[in-house]
Amino acid sequence: MKKFTTLTATAIPLDIENVDTDQIIPARFLKATDRTGFGENAFRDWRFDTDGSINDTFVLNNDNYSGSILVAGNNFGCGSSREHAAWALNDYGFKVIVSSFFADIFKGNALNNGLLPVQVSEDFLKILMGTVLNDAKTKIKVNLIDQTISIEDTAHSEAFEIDAYKKTCMINGYDDIDYLLSKKEAIAAFEGSLQ
Amino acid sequence: MTKKTLFDKVWDAHVVDTIANGPQILYIDKHLIHEVTSPQAFQELEDRDIPVFRPDQIVATADHNTPTINQHLPIQDELSRKQLEQLSANCKKNNITLYALGHKYNGIVHVMAPELGITQPGMTIVCGDSHTSTHGAFGSIAFGIGTSQVAQVFASQCLLLTKPKSLRVTVNGHLKKGVLAKDVILYIIAKIGTNEGTGYFCEYAGDVFENMSMEGRMTVCNMSIEMGARGGMIAPDQTTFDYVTGREFAPKAETLQNKITYWKTLPTDADATFDKEYHFDAEDIEPMLTYGTNPGMGIKVSGHIPETSDVSFEKSLQYMNFEKGESLIGKPINFVFIGSCTNSRIEDFRVAAEYIKGKQKAQNVTAWLVPGSKQVESQIIAEGLKTIFDDAGFELRQPGCSACLAMNDDKIPQGEYCVSTSNRNFEGRQGQGARTILASPLMAAATAVEGRIVDISKQLN
Ligand code: SF4
Repeated sequence: MKKFTTLTATAIPLDIENVDTDQIIPARFLKATDRTGFGENAFRDWRFDTDGSINDTFVLNNDNYSGSILVAGNNFGCGSSREHAAWALNDYGFKVIVSSFFADIFKGNALNNGLLPVQVSEDFLKILMGTVLNDAKTKIKVNLIDQTISIEDTAHSEAFEIDAYKKTCMINGYDDIDYLLSKKEAIAAFEGSLQ
Repeated sequence: MTKKTLFDKVWDAHVVDTIANGPQILYIDKHLIHEVTSPQAFQELEDRDIPVFRPDQIVATADHNTPTINQHLPIQDELSRKQLEQLSANCKKNNITLYALGHKYNGIVHVMAPELGITQPGMTIVCGDSHTSTHGAFGSIAFGIGTSQVAQVFASQCLLLTKPKSLRVTVNGHLKKGVLAKDVILYIIAKIGTNEGTGYFCEYAGDVFENMSMEGRMTVCNMSIEMGARGGMIAPDQTTFDYVTGREFAPKAETLQNKITYWKTLPTDADATFDKEYHFDAEDIEPMLTYGTNPGMGIKVSGHIPETSDVSFEKSLQYMNFEKGESLIGKPINFVFIGSCTNSRIEDFRVAAEYIKGKQKAQNVTAWLVPGSKQVESQIIAEGLKTIFDDAGFELRQPGCSACLAMNDDKIPQGEYCVSTSNRNFEGRQGQGARTILASPLMAAATAVEGRIVDISKQLN
């Protein structure tokens, strides 16, 4: 897993609520048996019309916007548990997703892949979304060490929460398997005590 | 002694260790896998040179990506075929039991495991699939995981997790005629919303669930994830013990008796408290339909689409081509799907057959009946339901996830409506541009016969 400490970048505003993982990566692209290449099909059915033509009204096709931060509406990542959604977003080039709410499984999947979900208040999200929509050059700073997100050159800043253990993993780039493997003896001992 | 919930009891019995200021190590009894979310996890282990820790506790099936016709022939789609071959190879290499396509135990993972007695009360069960919540119907902690977590369980038979909060939904009273388990859960989600359950594990309590069959309970728990909850649970009782007893992999004889004694200790203590509670009246529930693009957008069949105005709501109605304030009764429907891990068990087909018997499918309708497993398929034939379906012009296909997620060829065409017994009405879920209306198997059968949406409760009363 890649390490993450701080990031200052422009953002892409996805002003839609309840973005489910079927939208992030439609099921028909789940036939691959490795983790790479899903970025090509991220948000496939919003980026392209059914006849394959580009949907100009979708924000990812708007050349004004670019950046490695995705600012999305409430309840991002609901639906299917497919980790392919996190892989697709990673592969597309996102490093941070900001929303006022994340679905559980998506949040876990993102963290397991070095993709940082930053949960902010609804008010902050409103300001952030508005600012980015108005000015595509807006820079956003995400500091995992201090657990803060701020809009550069403004007074808008907010603290966000993250599980202390997950934070350590992200900062050091190590994952749960490493930890669990170190506990194998305890696990085997536990098995003996089961009902 | 502190009072515990059903969830607390099962969870606490599986904690191996707690990291200070961090998550807990939760031991997993059963790990179910399928072709779509496992290959990258096997790869990960291989890359890191880690063996599968407890292969005996893993069971594999092929379901998501399988055809529902001509299962005896080689699979046409090359990528699908490769994914299945990969699953077989991975299982073989790691000594994992696999019920491959065509095997008499093959089926949708959440249908085949309970019917084989793999699912039992008090267990922790995971699978790389969000509807793993289904198995909570037995009073087990069952939830969906991502592929990185599949790899963790492969490597250690454990997961690192923070204990979720507790939520209880109580429904008391008598259900009206024509109101099925599916309507109960669609009603609950419509009331609670799609994210109120996030961060929680939900227990369903009250007469309605106590009086429900195991299959109905599975339908309810299945859709817990659609209100954001990681899982749902129902306290094990005599109905549960009777269902489990005698199944292929269920405990037998004295072991079973000892287990039952233990299972009886699991129900929530009388004075235990929950972080959040909801109460509903059974009498208020009617047959339900969804009109939008998330499972929380549900109304009673006799109801009208609400007059809400916000961007997401309007986008959703636009996709469905519905108007605010409209009723869905009378809408012409060309596709009907009875299947998916929500409603593809024998009781679902019995309900459908009972309605369909002696009637004919409407000319305009394509109706797919897809059993959840080989065993359900055999039961449909043995009980004579297939004859009823054939006579009425319905197509009984072979088991699999099918049009629930449309990974195979079972896709609803662009712009068409499908009344579906599955669990998700997301944009494009059943095919690009397809419009899904979630409903019970009874509503689906009635739609197929009439060729349009009808108020089933009016017909029955
Ligand atoms: S039937 Fe649908 S919801 Fe159930 S496991 Fe298959 S794809 Fe998932």
